[in-house]
Amino acid sequence: MTEIAVARPVAEVPRRTLRGLLEPVVMSVTPVLLAIVAGGILLTILGRDPLSFYGDILQQGMLESFGLQQSVVRMATLLMIAAGLIVAFRANLWNLGLDGQFLLAAAFVAGLAPSIVSSLGMTVGLTLCFVIAAVVGAVWTLVPAGLKARFGVNEIITTLMMNFIGINLANILVKGPFLTDAPGVPRTDILPLAERLPVLFDTRIHIGILIAAATILLVHLVMTRTPLGLRLRVLGANPRAAVHFGLRTKRLTLVAFMVSGALIGMSGAVSMLGDWGSFRADWNPGYGFLVVPLVFLARLNALATVAFVALFAVIQIGGEYATREADLPNDFVLVLVGLILFFMAITEFMRVRRERRLAFVTAGLASRLRRGGDDG
Amino acid sequence: MDSSALLTEAFFAALISGALLAALPILFASLGEAISEQAGVLNVGLEGMMLFGAYAGFNGALYLHSSWLGLLAGIGGGVLASLTMVVLCVRMRLDQIVVGVALFLFAEGVTSLLHGAQFGESYPRLEKPSELAIPLLSDLPAVGESLFSVHPIVYIGFALVFLVSWMLRRTSTGLNVRAAGETPAALDAAGVSVVRTRTWAVLACGALAGLGGGYLAIIAAGSFTPFMTQGAGFMAIVIAMLTRGKVLWTIVGSLLFGVSLTIATALQLAGITIPTDWVQMLPFVTVILVLILFARRSYLPSALALPYVRGER
Amino acid sequence: MTTPDSTTPSRAAAPAVELRGITKAFPGVVANDDIHLTLRAGQVHSLLGENGAGKSTLISMLSGMIAPDSGEILLDGRPVQMGSPRTALDLGIGTVYQHLTLVPNLTVLENLLLGSSTSVMLDFHAARERFAELVARLGAAIDPDARADTLALGQLQQVEIVKALWRDTRILILDEPTSMLTPQGVAELQRVLERLKAGGIAIVFITHKLHEAIEIGDRVSILKGGRIVGALDEDELRSKTPEQLKARIVNLMFGEGADQLSGVAEIEIRPLTPDEPRDVSEEAELEVSGLSIDGGDDEMSLHDVSFVVHRGEILGVAGVDGNGQRQLAQAIAGQRPIHAGDIRLAGESLRRLGVPERQERGLRYLTDDRLHEGIVRDESVAMNMVLKRIGQPPFWRRGTIQPSAIDALAEELVDRYETRTPSIHTRIGALSGGNIQKVLLARELAFDPRLVIYNKPTHGLDVKTASFVRSQIREQASQGVSALVISTELDELLAICDRIAVMSSGRLTGIVENGQDAQARVGELMVA
Repeated sequence: MTEIAVARPVAEVPRRTLRGLLEPVVMSVTPVLLAIVAGGILLTILGRDPLSFYGDILQQGMLESFGLQQSVVRMATLLMIAAGLIVAFRANLWNLGLDGQFLLAAAFVAGLAPSIVSSLGMTVGLTLCFVIAAVVGAVWTLVPAGLKARFGVNEIITTLMMNFIGINLANILVKGPFLTDAPGVPRTDILPLAERLPVLFDTRIHIGILIAAATILLVHLVMTRTPLGLRLRVLGANPRAAVHFGLRTKRLTLVAFMVSGALIGMSGAVSMLGDWGSFRADWNPGYGFLVVPLVFLARLNALATVAFVALFAVIQIGGEYATREADLPNDFVLVLVGLILFFMAITEFMRVRRERRLAFVTAGLASRLRRGGDDG
Repeated sequence: MDSSALLTEAFFAALISGALLAALPILFASLGEAISEQAGVLNVGLEGMMLFGAYAGFNGALYLHSSWLGLLAGIGGGVLASLTMVVLCVRMRLDQIVVGVALFLFAEGVTSLLHGAQFGESYPRLEKPSELAIPLLSDLPAVGESLFSVHPIVYIGFALVFLVSWMLRRTSTGLNVRAAGETPAALDAAGVSVVRTRTWAVLACGALAGLGGGYLAIIAAGSFTPFMTQGAGFMAIVIAMLTRGKVLWTIVGSLLFGVSLTIATALQLAGITIPTDWVQMLPFVTVILVLILFARRSYLPSALALPYVRGER
Repeated sequence: MTTPDSTTPSRAAAPAVELRGITKAFPGVVANDDIHLTLRAGQVHSLLGENGAGKSTLISMLSGMIAPDSGEILLDGRPVQMGSPRTALDLGIGTVYQHLTLVPNLTVLENLLLGSSTSVMLDFHAARERFAELVARLGAAIDPDARADTLALGQLQQVEIVKALWRDTRILILDEPTSMLTPQGVAELQRVLERLKAGGIAIVFITHKLHEAIEIGDRVSILKGGRIVGALDEDELRSKTPEQLKARIVNLMFGEGADQLSGVAEIEIRPLTPDEPRDVSEEAELEVSGLSIDGGDDEMSLHDVSFVVHRGEILGVAGVDGNGQRQLAQAIAGQRPIHAGDIRLAGESLRRLGVPERQERGLRYLTDDRLHEGIVRDESVAMNMVLKRIGQPPFWRRGTIQPSAIDALAEELVDRYETRTPSIHTRIGALSGGNIQKVLLARELAFDPRLVIYNKPTHGLDVKTASFVRSQIREQASQGVSALVISTELDELLAICDRIAVMSSGRLTGIVENGQDAQARVGELMVA
């Protein structure tokens, strides 16, 4: 049966044709459009005008100079997170503990940066802060990575648990050892503007965007060109084959998790050293889950995520204004993200019905969940 | 610290009633997840189903002025949410994890949005539902009132666990569910529809998760706040994974989490104060410790998260 | 063996099931083309064909798994609509699938009650009685309360047969039932079938082994490329000698003179006599001594396995599937930790070496699970060729991939191994099973192998590809490359091996020199 099913010659669609180039774009844009439409319907039900709502988003997120600058600044943080996610997702490891990794690293950076930068100077100090963030982020993946590598414990659950712990731990740090003496809301000492990441030209855009761009490019090259990238891809696509090919799957699992955590931790550093300069208690922008659908839409292609992250940063920055205008909670963005994921899965379903190419989610995801008993 | 303070009546009363309040939502949800996992559907969106249940249940109780009708509405909310899983994952065979995460995010956003549109920044409270006091037992010292003077749904909840356990072992439906998760091809060959079996299992899971959410909003909290489940759904997934199909263990698991969720409050009564950040962390630390200690024991049915396609192996 | 017609009752003449013009097409392939077939009560009807001939499609339609595109199925002369497995079961058609369909963590009784219970409550009492009755009819002894995963394969199959007979079954379909049985198990099955025939049940017996088809069947139909290319009725089976029958069937399947195909071993009555004793070096290439593996709860453990493969020798490993062959192969390849013992290649201990180091020393492993272990479906054919050499020159230089080097290798190997693929950049998952196997073979045999473990190298392949693979094994051996060939097809091992080791329950029960009486001795060792 299966033999027959695969025996039919599948026509190779040449990659260079217009259709071959356009199809992935259409496939990725469709869910976003559908989600925007569905979100608009929801807004209408709630008695808001979707057109003015989306208009506000565009206006504030992109068309006004200030908003545009804010969107670019936000992109820097989100791109770093996306880079971290791609590494883990390529290896088919669901690192969903990204908020914990992000916040914990941010808390450490915010707490330590003022004294480090003032004593070591800008260049060394800021660099050291990034290193600290990377280490904290990486360490926070160790338990899920270890449990996954050693016992095959489902990492979705463990990373989520570590997420909750990390969020609370970050608050404990901010309200405890890193608490500022200044009055007001509990927070860390504020890093003076002059000691933050330098800005570009005459804008509010800081060099975080350059760091993020370089990181994304590096991740792309590593994933497509190097042995490590291929090994992670093989592990992600077919873990049993990875063992057969002699890859050290346990070590690769650890590496993928730690690199992922380190990059996400560094995004916390970008956010603290560039955007905020201080960690306020109970702060949680919840960036993590918002980036997950974006990297799927980009099919785990690092370069393609840039476009989606840009779009999303605009929605987020503009959305803050638009939801305030519409007198709604800011969580509308969550609805959009959820809808994008739904429609992405459905679009994928429609496509798979037509042909079997280009998967959003790496193959072997499900087979990984099943233990033993797989004698093909 | 005076250790005798730990043994006061107030401490026990607070611990037990608090643990029960906190455990029940997790109990319902983990029972549902256990059924769904037994049937081969990994329901990552459990948290979302609970949130829908909580939101629907709260509104039901608020407008219909009955905790029972509220709980029923909660069930309805959970079932409605689980319909997405049924259609997308069971029928269309889409990736269960992607859809689960989507459901979770969507539920967080949409319940917050609806609540915001409805009440703005205010959080109306429900009237306290009446409790059922069991004569004699409820007069027992220390534990009496907290154990035997509670909302009747608590007893129903525990009874449900036993009922489901019995159903899984003794009825043809239960047998079908177990086969659907372990060897769906066998079920198909035996002439039973895998899709139908999984559909019912997921709907049951949605109903139970919705009931858990409804309980959380109506009885435990008395109000609805966005994101109020705070990871209870994920804890329930862990418990379901660790029960290895023996659903009676969900009672032990959820009570364990209930205790860890309330121990801080109880300790406060005993004169020991712990910052809330530590307290909120406790249940998750417990999960991680449990996983580290019992990692080998977690077991998932072999066809879990795999869509069933006839003839494909 | 038994004479099939001795118990054929006269009432068997009435057709129980008739297939008329059944056709089923899958995208791009016609799996069944205008099939006409008549099954009679009290008879075994053998359906013979190589892999991919359309046997599975045919029984899937008979058991209601899929619906035919056109044609009719008649039951007792009345046309029936077979929409679902349930309809088939209700009509009295029971099927024993090739891949057992028992739920491992349910008990035997629970498995039997699955889907057959009419009430919500399970009636274990009635089930126990029905079970006792049917088991007695088979002449078997099985504990109804044992969990299915604790039973031996032969017993599992008996449970499957009981399950297929559960609801007043009149037509029993057996899909490759002998594939996981020892020779003794096959004899046992044959006795069971005799009893069922006597009870008036019509049996469809599906096989790709010619000798079984004519020994067990009262009538034989031959399927090839989705069509019935010939049939032998009772008279013909009775009147001709096995050799005449064999020649006739081979000619029906492959045309005149096809017996020269070395791959025909698969449908041979008697195995090919092995080549004249070959010149095999006395030098030990692979030494396995006292090898033990702890398989844990889920897998077969190995106990104290010792053997030697000489340079240029082909050592076969026979045994029923699941007796530790895969564990042995994985341990030698380095994919699985060993508990005790040692493995030496050319005198050097491999104990501390990982998979890549063993490969570098010339040890290769052709996996039995091509699709799930051997390839990464979504990578190209070319990329799959080098997946065992990630990071090595000339395919990677200074940490960067060299596509031109990979393409050059792939072009050469695709050519040398006659692989049919639209391009080397085609996704490998789009190739047929046979062509995937050729890619794997090319990957393992490139770069000077010393010893190759071939795990079920021809499993599931069509006769031509299987023949190609076997000739490659022989050719490599003649160039001094040692081979450890694991196969469940004894005929295949008898055709190509110098010696044959036998595995049973995780032990190596003996090694036999290939020769005249090898088959019988291997059979004895399988149950030793």
